[in-house]
Amino acid sequence: MPTRQTRGQKLFGVFNYAFLGLVAIICIIPFVHIIALSLSDNSAVAGGLVHLWPVRFTLEPYNYVLERQAFWRAFGITIQRATIGTLINVLLVILIAFPLSKKVESFKMRSVYVWIFFFTMLFNGGLIPNYILIKELGLMDTIWALVLPGAVTVFNIILMLNFFREVPEELDDAANIDGATHWRTLWQIYVPVSMPAIATITLFCLVGHWNSWFDGLIYMRSAENYPLQSYLQTIVVEFNFQTMTATEAERLAKLNDRSVKGAQMIVAAIPILLVYPFLQKYFVSGIRLGSVKG
Amino acid sequence: MELATEKRADTGAKKMNYRKRRELPLHLMLLPGLILIVIFSYIPMVGVSIAFQNFIPLKGLFGGQKWTGLDNIEYVFAMPNIWNVVWNTLFIAVMKIVANLFVPITFALLLNEVRNTLFKRTTQTIIYFPYFLSWIILGGIMIDILSPSDGIVNSFLGLFGIEPVYFLGENSWFPYTMVASDVWKTFGFNTVVYLAAITSIDPSLYEAAAVDGAGRWKQTWHVTLPGMHMIIILLMVLSLGSVLDAGFDQIFNLYSPQVYESGDIIDTMVYRMGLLQAQYGPSTAVGLLKSLVSFILITTSYLIAYRLFKYRLF
Repeated sequence: MPTRQTRGQKLFGVFNYAFLGLVAIICIIPFVHIIALSLSDNSAVAGGLVHLWPVRFTLEPYNYVLERQAFWRAFGITIQRATIGTLINVLLVILIAFPLSKKVESFKMRSVYVWIFFFTMLFNGGLIPNYILIKELGLMDTIWALVLPGAVTVFNIILMLNFFREVPEELDDAANIDGATHWRTLWQIYVPVSMPAIATITLFCLVGHWNSWFDGLIYMRSAENYPLQSYLQTIVVEFNFQTMTATEAERLAKLNDRSVKGAQMIVAAIPILLVYPFLQKYFVSGIRLGSVKG
Repeated sequence: MELATEKRADTGAKKMNYRKRRELPLHLMLLPGLILIVIFSYIPMVGVSIAFQNFIPLKGLFGGQKWTGLDNIEYVFAMPNIWNVVWNTLFIAVMKIVANLFVPITFALLLNEVRNTLFKRTTQTIIYFPYFLSWIILGGIMIDILSPSDGIVNSFLGLFGIEPVYFLGENSWFPYTMVASDVWKTFGFNTVVYLAAITSIDPSLYEAAAVDGAGRWKQTWHVTLPGMHMIIILLMVLSLGSVLDAGFDQIFNLYSPQVYESGDIIDTMVYRMGLLQAQYGPSTAVGLLKSLVSFILITTSYLIAYRLFKYRLF
């Protein structure tokens, strides 16, 4: 029902749109600027001519990045890590959330288990004991050091078990009477009706694995085993060019360092950009599920 | 008579057996997860005993280490910069908590006034994009745009005749730069959380307010804000638990020795002491103290949240 607006309301509306628009632009400008840098010629970048639009357009920084073996190796490790890691995460979330979503009447030990899992959210051993453990288990320099320590994601388990609880109990009872085992009920009833939640959690885990860098940095002794973000960390943030060969360094001298870094960051962000529409769709419902429900 | 009770006891036992058999798969489902958290969460908890040892890595986590009592903790508190680090942690974390409360609430209220769905959705999409990128990428971008010699921020400021500011290299700027950039990364996400809370307010309340002659402003003040107060206070209470988390990912990637004075936090100190200088005992001691304080804070905030709002996580 559109009502007539007073002058004050109209004025507020104009300012509101202008302000929100301005903030959104400020949020996006850094990315636009980095993209412009990564597509500009060395002399233009060095001369400070590049702002929001590429000057003397060139794809050379991207060629350079995409031809670097180290970049692709790190990219491959991240893909491997994200795939294995997410699979393990999601499988465990489903397997753990299902028993914990049962009522105490049908699963006596429920609260004991809940506390065992929940306690790990409250207290942890900290950096050094974790590091020494990984070392003593012989997991250093293996993909398992990146995948196993974070395999059980308690926060996601809580999201999932709340979702499982909304499945009507009658479905469960009916399956039980028909002689279905818990295992069968889980995969044939609970999982199919919970696909939106599972999708949310899959995306959470995928983004988490894609973006992690610290475990790669400390658990991989050889830089050859670095996943993408750890690799980027050493070159973008730390300015470490030790791993570079002489010909690479020569070629880099003709390019602008800022363009190359920009190009690497953009390429590393592309996968997130690709899943972003899905993220957007599912995360909103995921967030609601997790935080507003009290 | 006797026969009857015997029979009943018999079916009782059968019921017990049936129940156990019925529950067995549930235990089995939990088994892999349990094994993993025992190894990767509970063993490190036992590993905090390193804090009370003169830890020699060769002997291993459960080898015969020499116990030194509270020596490591005394050593830590005798360090000249320890209180500075504690202060930095609290200062940056508290500023972040406050900013990350007010900015998103303001934005949620303003966005809620927008009637044009396309504009609303576009704005939302843009402002919560940075949330999904890592601090490596965002850090790389920040280092570039904030550079005093050729960053766009400083060339923009230069248009107004402002001298270049070294946002990441000066102690007077560094903590504020951390807070501002953290808000940049997360406010969009939090705005969506608050917007979700606003949309769950009963629309009839607005109609009633409108009938009573309340304008948009009064409706916001008397309906929207009170409707949000539960979630606001709840998130405030829960944020209490993160008072010692000033943001390792961000600070580690943006700081440098010249801003240690204002930017070194507990987590970055633990990293440098423990992994770079191999001072396992003292840095575990610092980590343990942090975990203990966090544990108390998180437990307290959950208790308050439960008492006041009947909030339960599971």
